[in-house]
Amino acid sequence: MASVSLLFVTLLSVTLYINIKSFILWDQSQTFLPSLSDSVLMDRRFPFKVLEHIFSFVDSNEDRNSVSLVCKSWFETERRTRKRVFVGNCYAVSPLKVARRFPKMRSLTLKGKPHFADYNLVPDGWGGYAWPWIEAMAARRPLLEEIRLKRMVVTDECLEKIAASFRDFKSLVLTSCEGFSTDGIAAIASTCRKLRNLELRECIVDDLGGDWLSYFPETSTSLVSLDFSCLDSEVKLSDLERLLSRSPNLKSLKLNRSVTLDVLESLLRRAPQLVELGTGSFSDELDPEEISKLTKALSELKQLKSLSGLWDLLPEYIPVLYSVCPRLTSLNLSYATVQMPDLIDLLSRCSKLQKLWVMDLIEDKGLKTVALCCKELRELRVFPSGADLDETDVTLTEQGLVSVSEGCQKLESVLYFCVQFTNAALVSIAKNRPNFRCFRLCVMEPFAPDYRTQQPLDEGFKAIVERCKDLRRLSVSGLLTDKAFEYIGVHAKKLRMLSIAFAGDSDLMLHHLLSGCESLKKLEIRDCPFGDTALLENAAKLETMRSLWMSSCFVSFGACKQLSQKMPRLNVEVIDEHPPKTRPDSSPVERIYIYRTVAGPRLDTPEFVWTIHKKPEVGVSRLAIR
Amino acid sequence: MSPEEKLQSNVSDGGLKEHNYLGLSDCSSVGSSNLSGLADDDKATISLKATELTLGLPGSQSPARDNTELNLLGPAKLDEKPFFPLLPSKDEISCSSSQKNLASGNKRGFSDTMDKFSEAKVSVYAEKNWMFPEAVVANQSVVKKEVPQNIPKGKQSTTNNSSSPPAAKAQIVGWPPVRSYRKNTLATTCKNSDEVDGKPGSGPLFVKVSMDGAPYLRKVDLRSYNNYGELSSALEKMFSTFTLGQPGSSGATGKDVRNETRLKDLLNGKDYVLTYEDKDGDWMLVGDFSWEIFIGVCKKLKIMKGSDAIGLAAAPAPRTMEKSKMRA
Repeated sequence: MASVSLLFVTLLSVTLYINIKSFILWDQSQTFLPSLSDSVLMDRRFPFKVLEHIFSFVDSNEDRNSVSLVCKSWFETERRTRKRVFVGNCYAVSPLKVARRFPKMRSLTLKGKPHFADYNLVPDGWGGYAWPWIEAMAARRPLLEEIRLKRMVVTDECLEKIAASFRDFKSLVLTSCEGFSTDGIAAIASTCRKLRNLELRECIVDDLGGDWLSYFPETSTSLVSLDFSCLDSEVKLSDLERLLSRSPNLKSLKLNRSVTLDVLESLLRRAPQLVELGTGSFSDELDPEEISKLTKALSELKQLKSLSGLWDLLPEYIPVLYSVCPRLTSLNLSYATVQMPDLIDLLSRCSKLQKLWVMDLIEDKGLKTVALCCKELRELRVFPSGADLDETDVTLTEQGLVSVSEGCQKLESVLYFCVQFTNAALVSIAKNRPNFRCFRLCVMEPFAPDYRTQQPLDEGFKAIVERCKDLRRLSVSGLLTDKAFEYIGVHAKKLRMLSIAFAGDSDLMLHHLLSGCESLKKLEIRDCPFGDTALLENAAKLETMRSLWMSSCFVSFGACKQLSQKMPRLNVEVIDEHPPKTRPDSSPVERIYIYRTVAGPRLDTPEFVWTIHKKPEVGVSRLAIR
Repeated sequence: MSPEEKLQSNVSDGGLKEHNYLGLSDCSSVGSSNLSGLADDDKATISLKATELTLGLPGSQSPARDNTELNLLGPAKLDEKPFFPLLPSKDEISCSSSQKNLASGNKRGFSDTMDKFSEAKVSVYAEKNWMFPEAVVANQSVVKKEVPQNIPKGKQSTTNNSSSPPAAKAQIVGWPPVRSYRKNTLATTCKNSDEVDGKPGSGPLFVKVSMDGAPYLRKVDLRSYNNYGELSSALEKMFSTFTLGQPGSSGATGKDVRNETRLKDLLNGKDYVLTYEDKDGDWMLVGDFSWEIFIGVCKKLKIMKGSDAIGLAAAPAPRTMEKSKMRA
């Protein structure tokens, strides 16, 4: 009796399992575990068309990557249906391979330089060139519609190639890119007839003048978003007005600083449907009539959810913004040098705010107001204004962050610059907000201990990683010993990205991290006493990660060679602007950048970058073919 | 490169017990006295190195104080070899004791030189200092051990508002980790209010200042001055360049002091007067109301030629007369 029911249950559960497995794909939040057995069964049950249909519901690239590992037919089906391709490190794979693998590709996202390039730690000319990718896609994937690049070198040639090659091109988003001029932008504007998104976010552009805007043809009416906030020169007002008038779908407009306040009203009148607005300069003199016109124009933006720009915002113009505050979900005041009392006036009206970027001029008192009034807050970033350098009293302390963590239940992402911190504050913050996904604390004084107890901040960060089980991204700072990293290794199981500076005592730190953090994908370290031992012991881990950056650490040249020999699918790059004449194995290396790749050593290294050769006797090879 | 050779041999000997990182003999006194123990050519090399842009951390060994001006805009020695060998960790302890005094002493030195550094902070941010990332590491082993000692000083400096740590911070490459895009943008924002001291409170009150014959306007924050005297001297500094070579000025040379006194004379009644436009649109002579009232009513400032200002009354005079004078 028992055995019959057991058999029945087993059969039932097996059948259920097979059926349920196919439905796992419908539920995108499941992580898909590759299985070995059922491929033949699947083929018979699920012909290509059906699989294709099922896969169309799988959006996330991580899930799609897992799907493609199940079996050959799934791999084939998946690759033929993937539309949005994401390559986190442009040197991990060759453009040709990607172009061939995904015939239906419509959107390509690439990232180039290591993250620390943002802070001038990567010399100019290191690499990250977009051209090989654009060239490959232009030749093979002419139906490509979207290109999103981050930290890459993009030239005018690239932009012209894009304009000339992709007839349905719709979307260009460049973040922290460089190497192009406004001529390239003009090419895009004039040629891409179906252009919807043109966004230049914090790029370094060779600004040859504002003419590029006039290159949008009179027939162009498809714009949905336009962001030229990083450009310097003035655009012609009449061109901009006419563009806005004929772009009824424009939802996001981010002006640059040279668009003065007196013309803002006229622009807004022509685009009342805006959802995101980045103003230009907010400091010019307006007479009372102009002020009231501007106030009215802003109040007409009934759909406005996001406000940014606000350069040089003068306190007397803050009331002009009152009408949009109640609807705002995103507010970027990080370029507005407004003092705390005025900020309070503004923020106390923003009850729906989910994302707030502000400078430390907000002080603890301002953050208290945020904690009281902005109950929907999910993301907070507090940037240093440099006010402490000017000897002004800006009282932003750890208390500010504690208040926000208490008051804002939904807070999950924080970037906080502060002069000093305490363990007690970190513990409180962790207790209040176990739902942190991203916690980046920058204690600006290197090696600063808890200023009340003089202890390292180990216990504080321990609380953070212990309680915040979903933590994906962490940046640590202040005085930290190996212990802190032991805690991180033990608890931060979902951590994907970790940034460390001026911390630790020994190799044990790195060892804790590499052996403990299972999900670690990106690790970047500067000025820490890590060295060879930890790296070599955990070499295998490095192939499971996207990249590892170490600068001003104790890594020797010999260890780099050994590592490269041990791990064939890692590129071990030595970046050394002052190379010694001879390189004994014990000589230290300025910077190393290690990343997994199936493309082999790259061919576009400048003279200060060496890819360690796989054959140790060769030592260092520099394939400097540009 | 004798200090460097010395250093290399030290490393192979298993420690820098008797020399600090510059290859100098250990002294208990700090700062410039360190240089005295060297042979002349070493000194020359060292002082040349000392003119390099900085080595960064608070409590780190700072270059010679007497070369501060040169420091900030020092020639970039790209061919210079880094002279801080990265020591394996086991050597940390041996070198820390000898360097204790040096580090803490230099921290004092640092706060002394803070003022000179603060002016250059914007240029430091903008400049890419590639020179010494490893210097920071070599120091780091020292500095960490220093922390217990430095805390009182650290506390002091933060409460003092003398901001010596920020000056040191400004000189570490890429620290604090703020995107260079943001740094550059804020640098231009700060420049606008650079001439003023930015007191907190009700925020800056900017008014345009124009001067007859000057090609462009300036803006000043009235709230950053406490009285007419401060405003006047600030304006003098701002516009002194325009009075050079003006007809009627006595033979100009380049000395600032002379320019300032000349301008003072000019402003104090010889050739130029300071006037302002008030809320009603009237142009008035500056000086008769109390400062607080003045900043409440002043909308624009103008430095006028004395001849043009004749007829402008200081106290509220019949408007018709003033307006007709302005139109003339």
